[in-house]
Amino acid sequence: MKVHLPTPLVDYTGGVRDVEAVGATLAALLDDLDRQYPGMRFRMVDEQGQVRAHIRFFVNGELRRVLAAPLRPDDAVRVVAALSGG
Amino acid sequence: MSKNQTRILVSTRKGLFVLAADRARQAWKVDGAMPRFHGQIVHHAVMNPATGTLLAAARPGHLGPTVFRSVDLGRTWTEAKAPPAFAPGSGTGYGWTVHHVFWIARGHASAPRTWYAGTSPHGLFRSEDDGLTWTGVEGFNRHPDRPLWLGDEKENIPDGAIVHSVNVDPFDARHIMLGMSPGGVFESFDEGATWSPLNRGCAADFLPDPEADWGHDPHCLRMHPAARDVVYQQNHCGIYRLDRAAKRWERIGANMPKAIGDIGFPMTLHPRDPARLWVFPMDGTSVWPRMSIAGKPAVYGSKDAGRTWKRMDRGLPKAQGWFTVKRQAMGADQADPLGLYFGTTGGEVWASFDEGAQWHCLMLHLPQILAIEAYTL
Repeated sequence: MKVHLPTPLVDYTGGVRDVEAVGATLAALLDDLDRQYPGMRFRMVDEQGQVRAHIRFFVNGELRRVLAAPLRPDDAVRVVAALSGG
Repeated sequence: MSKNQTRILVSTRKGLFVLAADRARQAWKVDGAMPRFHGQIVHHAVMNPATGTLLAAARPGHLGPTVFRSVDLGRTWTEAKAPPAFAPGSGTGYGWTVHHVFWIARGHASAPRTWYAGTSPHGLFRSEDDGLTWTGVEGFNRHPDRPLWLGDEKENIPDGAIVHSVNVDPFDARHIMLGMSPGGVFESFDEGATWSPLNRGCAADFLPDPEADWGHDPHCLRMHPAARDVVYQQNHCGIYRLDRAAKRWERIGANMPKAIGDIGFPMTLHPRDPARLWVFPMDGTSVWPRMSIAGKPAVYGSKDAGRTWKRMDRGLPKAQGWFTVKRQAMGADQADPLGLYFGTTGGEVWASFDEGAQWHCLMLHLPQILAIEAYTL
């Protein structure tokens, strides 16, 4: 499925913001992203399995707060990194 | 690179800047048009001159913390495969997440691929493969007394509780000392398996028990690299020296001028002379402004292990200089005469090439400076 990444993560993808990944859940999708782009998952999800404070996942435009959220192959996932700065 | 060139790693809230000098340390330039880790918070960058490896603790505001590694003097960087992270699960010391890596320290000279990292919240991590993968020092991270050391979360310092000043004894690879803010000075004689506090003699004006074993607030702890068992610290409550023949810290800051006091954050030792050190006093009165006293910045140096101190402010602003220098933002190179450097939260880098007698401003307009490390290569 299509995954749209925020600019803080494009160092992992060589500058590409739109990538393809697979997974039946958000957690599985992140695992696949981490296989393709090692290290990326830890920047979004901490060592206790919690989504980091300034990361959000939207599936087909809807906010999904849990990593167990199911996904279909034709879903569009958008990762948002926001509300941090200064 | 030819011998005796000086490089300064300036870690800032918006990236890492590398300043490079000619052999005479007269001409300085910033290496590269853009900072490394542009826009990211770089808490600390450290080199191992023996191997040339550089490690940098960085995080952008949005993402989790990590450690980067360079083996070509900072031209290219790769991320650690397993950055410092607490083990998953629950229980003492577990269920925690690393907010940021605050301090990076080299291991013993006999183990040049070993590094340590201190984190916020309190955590200690070790890499034995030159920074590629990190594992928790479980004797510290899971210590049963850890909740007692840490106190109430509300008591944390402004930017979060930190493990800092990780020192591996140059004369004993298994001996580690570190500072916890808050918590105090702790040491291990078995590479981190067991720990004990080392705070007797240190004032803790904010604690009801003046002889408390822990709960202190060391700001910067330095083991001398060439003199065995000589340790200094700039504490929240004064400047101290410990010669391990003694069991209590001696408050050498009591010898500072009363109008200046002995409150501050950074401390730098002379790498070859254990009697020489420098501090940067700051205002710790009333609400703790943490700025140079009366707007007149000055370094104070001692040549006799803190028995007497000399004000060293030639070249620094004479008035309206409201400097704040963070605990890891002052350091020395290894040249002779020694070069001293400090960076301010206002983005200025100051240097002295005659051991503090005269100060020169090397850089203006940098972001908030968090750490400085200098190297003579």
